[in-house]
Amino acid sequence: MTASESVPRPSPSSRQDDFVLEVTDLRTYFDTDDGVLPAVDGVTFSIKRGQTLALVGESGCGKSVTSHSLLRLIQRPGRIVGGKILLHSARAGEIDIAQLKENSRQLFQVRGGLISMIFQEPMTALSPVHTIGDQVTEAIFLHQKVSVAEARRLAIEMLGKVGLSAPEQRFSQYPHEISGGMRQRVVIAMALVCRPELLIADEPTTALDVTIQAQILSLIKTLQREIGCSVLLITHDLGVVAQTADEVAVMYLGRIVEHGPVRELLKNPRHPYTQGLLQSIPALNRGTRLASIPGMVPALTAIPPGCPFHPRCPHAQTGRCDHGGAPPLRPIAPGRDVACLRAEEIAGVAGEVASASGK
Amino acid sequence: MRSDSTSHSPPPPATAAAAPPLLSVRGLCRHFPIHGRGFGRKVIGTVRAVDDVSFDLHAGETLGLVGESGSGKTTTARCIMRAITPTSGEVIFHPRDGTAVDLARLPEPALKPLRPRMQMIFQDPFSSLNPRMTVGEIVGEPLVIHGLAKGDELDARVDDILRKVGLKPEHRTSYPHAFSGGQRQRIGIARALIMRPSLIVADEAVSALDVSVQAQVLNLLKDLQAEFQLTYLFVAHNLDVVRHFCDRVAVMYAGRIVELAPTARMFERPLHPYTKALLAAVPWPDPEVKMKFDVPGEIADPSRLPPGCAFHPRCKECYAPCLRHRPELRDATGDGRFAACHRHDPAHASGVEN
Repeated sequence: MTASESVPRPSPSSRQDDFVLEVTDLRTYFDTDDGVLPAVDGVTFSIKRGQTLALVGESGCGKSVTSHSLLRLIQRPGRIVGGKILLHSARAGEIDIAQLKENSRQLFQVRGGLISMIFQEPMTALSPVHTIGDQVTEAIFLHQKVSVAEARRLAIEMLGKVGLSAPEQRFSQYPHEISGGMRQRVVIAMALVCRPELLIADEPTTALDVTIQAQILSLIKTLQREIGCSVLLITHDLGVVAQTADEVAVMYLGRIVEHGPVRELLKNPRHPYTQGLLQSIPALNRGTRLASIPGMVPALTAIPPGCPFHPRCPHAQTGRCDHGGAPPLRPIAPGRDVACLRAEEIAGVAGEVASASGK
Repeated sequence: MRSDSTSHSPPPPATAAAAPPLLSVRGLCRHFPIHGRGFGRKVIGTVRAVDDVSFDLHAGETLGLVGESGSGKTTTARCIMRAITPTSGEVIFHPRDGTAVDLARLPEPALKPLRPRMQMIFQDPFSSLNPRMTVGEIVGEPLVIHGLAKGDELDARVDDILRKVGLKPEHRTSYPHAFSGGQRQRIGIARALIMRPSLIVADEAVSALDVSVQAQVLNLLKDLQAEFQLTYLFVAHNLDVVRHFCDRVAVMYAGRIVELAPTARMFERPLHPYTKALLAAVPWPDPEVKMKFDVPGEIADPSRLPPGCAFHPRCKECYAPCLRHRPELRDATGDGRFAACHRHDPAHASGVEN
């Protein structure tokens, strides 16, 4: 909490190498009757100030557990067993969230104050027995010393910003009186009213229709620019990623298997899992049959040795990919990291596959 | 499956095509009354969930029924299956043997012999399978209910269909909880197919699946369609999946079909402003194809539909007739593309073309 306190808040133009969050070797395990499940197993990533990092993957890959770990929302039988979660806050200095004590004042300051979260289901994130106004002002009172009148003014201003018509009237309405899209707007107002430095959006539009999804994604982008916060977007929808993220990290079985700038990663995926994922999408696949990844995701109790993806991988080599530890995430090009032993060898092959499916 | 062709309705109106469509839906409506509070629970309004829907479904084709929540696509599918009784309208079913029946008016006992011909695949593979039944019991149950097989023959047919959907005969004795989402969906498909239906209504059949599993299930549905000459009514909200999977697409908005066209042509050049807005709002997984974020407003409330065209408050191409007259679905281009929009209606051709 010393070094970065003296550092002035950087201007948006010079954000190169300026990170709001650096996660190093995060491990979150769950103790179950079937053994210890490594839901998140050595995840390392960082988020640039003002930018959007998308964490993508299929069900059970650990993307939501990662995001919950960042706010220390993991409950027993889950626990963070290792790693660093360094928040470089412009307001509060440097904080290692993984080391904070449960119920400490600093943890409460982080939750909702420095880092906010919006969830998939707006109805479960809102209390049905409190008015919209109560819920937004509660977020203000938790983090700011303001009068009731001032909190009301701030809340109404925020409700207007997220696009609710007649925010003064909405203030005293209950969540059930408004539509799903409007509810998600209220959740966003609650999350952003304290001007967090990082917003975690966990599948924020998955429950919404496509035209409403477009409105909400555009709203998050606009407010992100206005408040200047970074966004960690958790999603399974590569379309949403392509349209909103700056960088992407792809997760498989609790690990990041590929990371890079959105355009390069989607145009030229280097990990066989990312390649398979992209080829499964009908939009990128103009044949009558979809290419799909053979087999299915193994259980966390039975993670294969060597590269966890090798039993499903078309490029796996016996004697090389199927023993030892999981391959580490390593840089292969500026800004590009891949956890694949054969990334260089299969680059040509992958290019052919990508161009063939693009036709 | 021979004795089930009794017809309880007059023959359907003659259609132009030589072979009648497998299914002709005409003027289908399903209205739900809204009851007030207090004594008598007087009816104070009506939700027009499905309002005057007409379309044909030809044997062997896949028709996509798309729309957002509350557009009436699922209610339409359920009315066709007679899971819900329609308020009015006709659902003429022409099975392979040439007789025609109006499913909308048949009494329940007369429906039962027709049920094997039309089966449904559901969205959620977790809630649609009974956790207390084995896979063999779930898949074989339709045969037992209709008294079509028992004993060794039943087992043989279950094994056969399990293989067809990519499962193993050994799975017969397992319970659903032992399977992943994709495998459960295969179980649901096996149960639908064991009756050798001609019509399959798939209600968001792949929406709950991860993208790589979704690809496997879509491929399976394509293979089965070719093998068993299946006709699909594919209810979905994912336009990317619909573009890949369907021959024709019907877009629903506020209980009505607003556009119906062959898939490729609709995606190349949509006619109805709502279809345009819908396609523009899809986030394509290509950073170079920019999505549009500016579709204003919310989906119309089917209990308080605006007068005229239900889409007019959100429509960028709205002009005077849209506020007064409800547009009918009509052939807009003469090449099988139907749109319910005054901009594409010859009677109002004074407006701007396209």
